Amino acid sequence: MSEAALLPTARDEEWRYADIPAVAALGLGALADWHEATLAPGEVRAKDLVLDDQFPGLHRVRLHVDAGARAELFAVIAASSYTRLEVEVTLGAGAHFEFGAVTIGGGDVVREAVTRVRHAEPGATSHQVVRSVHWGQATGNFLGRIEVARHAQQTDAAQDFKALILEKGATANARPELEIFADDVKCAHGAAIGQMDEAARFYMASRGIDPETARGLLVRAFVADAFAAKDDGEALLDAALTALAGAGL
Amino acid sequence: MLAINDLSATVADKAILKGLSLHINAGEIHAIMGPNGAGKSTLGYTLGGRPGYEVTGGTVTFTPTSAQPEPVEGLGAVHGASTSSARADLGAVDLLALDPHLRAAAGLFLGFQYPVEIPGVSFLQFLRESLNSQRKVRGQTPLNGGEFLKLAREQAALLKMDMDMLKRPVNVGFSGGEKKRAEMVQMGILDPTLAVLDETDSGLDIDALRIVGEGINAIMRKPDKAVLLITHYQRLLDYVKPDFVHVLANGRIIKTGGPELAHQLETEGYEAVAA
Repeated sequence: MSEAALLPTARDEEWRYADIPAVAALGLGALADWHEATLAPGEVRAKDLVLDDQFPGLHRVRLHVDAGARAELFAVIAASSYTRLEVEVTLGAGAHFEFGAVTIGGGDVVREAVTRVRHAEPGATSHQVVRSVHWGQATGNFLGRIEVARHAQQTDAAQDFKALILEKGATANARPELEIFADDVKCAHGAAIGQMDEAARFYMASRGIDPETARGLLVRAFVADAFAAKDDGEALLDAALTALAGAGL
Repeated sequence: MLAINDLSATVADKAILKGLSLHINAGEIHAIMGPNGAGKSTLGYTLGGRPGYEVTGGTVTFTPTSAQPEPVEGLGAVHGASTSSARADLGAVDLLALDPHLRAAAGLFLGFQYPVEIPGVSFLQFLRESLNSQRKVRGQTPLNGGEFLKLAREQAALLKMDMDMLKRPVNVGFSGGEKKRAEMVQMGILDPTLAVLDETDSGLDIDALRIVGEGINAIMRKPDKAVLLITHYQRLLDYVKPDFVHVLANGRIIKTGGPELAHQLETEGYEAVAA
């Protein structure tokens, strides 16, 4: 089979908002490059990712979180070329997955977070918060799939996406997908896309805060939700705000 | 200090202010009263430079009297700025030509009828950014964390506001009265030359009204400052005695008098007084 036949297309649900030519340019090698990790029962592991211009492109992560273990993944997706963080998680009994991500940037660039969380056993929990801030012709995507197996009772899964569009021309796409076969589960999801609060901007200006500083404060407050579950999210917040500082808006 | 001449403004292409003139000198407190829809809030927002409030005619000249050091870039002077001393006259500025944040830096404070909630930004952070942004424009050194906290503590105490309230996000979860009190704490910290207070008395109970009134007096009743109170009711004026009372109707000042005019409005109503 030719390489082209093996590449994803926009008809594939999980790639529908991706930059397909950029994916093709990255090639099959990048697609096959999965980072796999298994967390032992009761283990706690946390990872921060800053996907800026040092780490653009595809990042595919596969996690097996055994019974009672806890996996935390926080990411800033801010490179100036196509960047996709894809996380596939399988949760054991009573395991937890915490995910916080920000896509931020301008240009004619697609940045996306894609998650597939499998609640394979009873009593597992997952919590995902994604924030997107875009300007120029940029696109930010969150595709989040939650699967709850038939016997995975007392599953508690939550997913929350919000996007802030700073300029006309930027786009955000949200695609929550729930596949639930158990009956005693809690699955919450929400998505909202909006613009900067003009009343807040004028209120800040009336106190002497210049427009750029006001925008920085408001964007920081907006994206902070993604790292609220983290003890110290300041470094990631700073990384996210770096992209805004160079925006020249 | 403030000279508003023949000011006209529209909101969404609808004429609201129709040739309003008003002169305020340093050391004076003016009250503007008027029926709903007269243009009171529009006057405040127009002076503050809110987007969507379009000036279609007239001028507003602001002459901050003191306490501001030498003007720097961004604050264009109409008559040429004095450069003699740190407490020199800033010179007259064309207020309408300034961006909103530069109007604040020039010494204008706008008290909001409905203070805005800003989730995720603490009051202390918000106020420190505000004060230091203003100081930067004025060529002053920023206050460090300790200096700022001391100032915030003093001003919060003046308005009998718990410092813990200022650690919370801006106005989020505050009652109507708490928001107004917080506005006055902000005014105390920012120490403006001219305060335009839009219905600062609305939503206040009797005790809060007295505290806010005393706060306005303590912060603003000084020879080099001035206040424009926009209000519906006489009651705030019991605490903050105005030197002049104006009646605003249909986009213009139709009557000016002393404090007795407020009492007359209260007993006779706008229609009778305006007739």
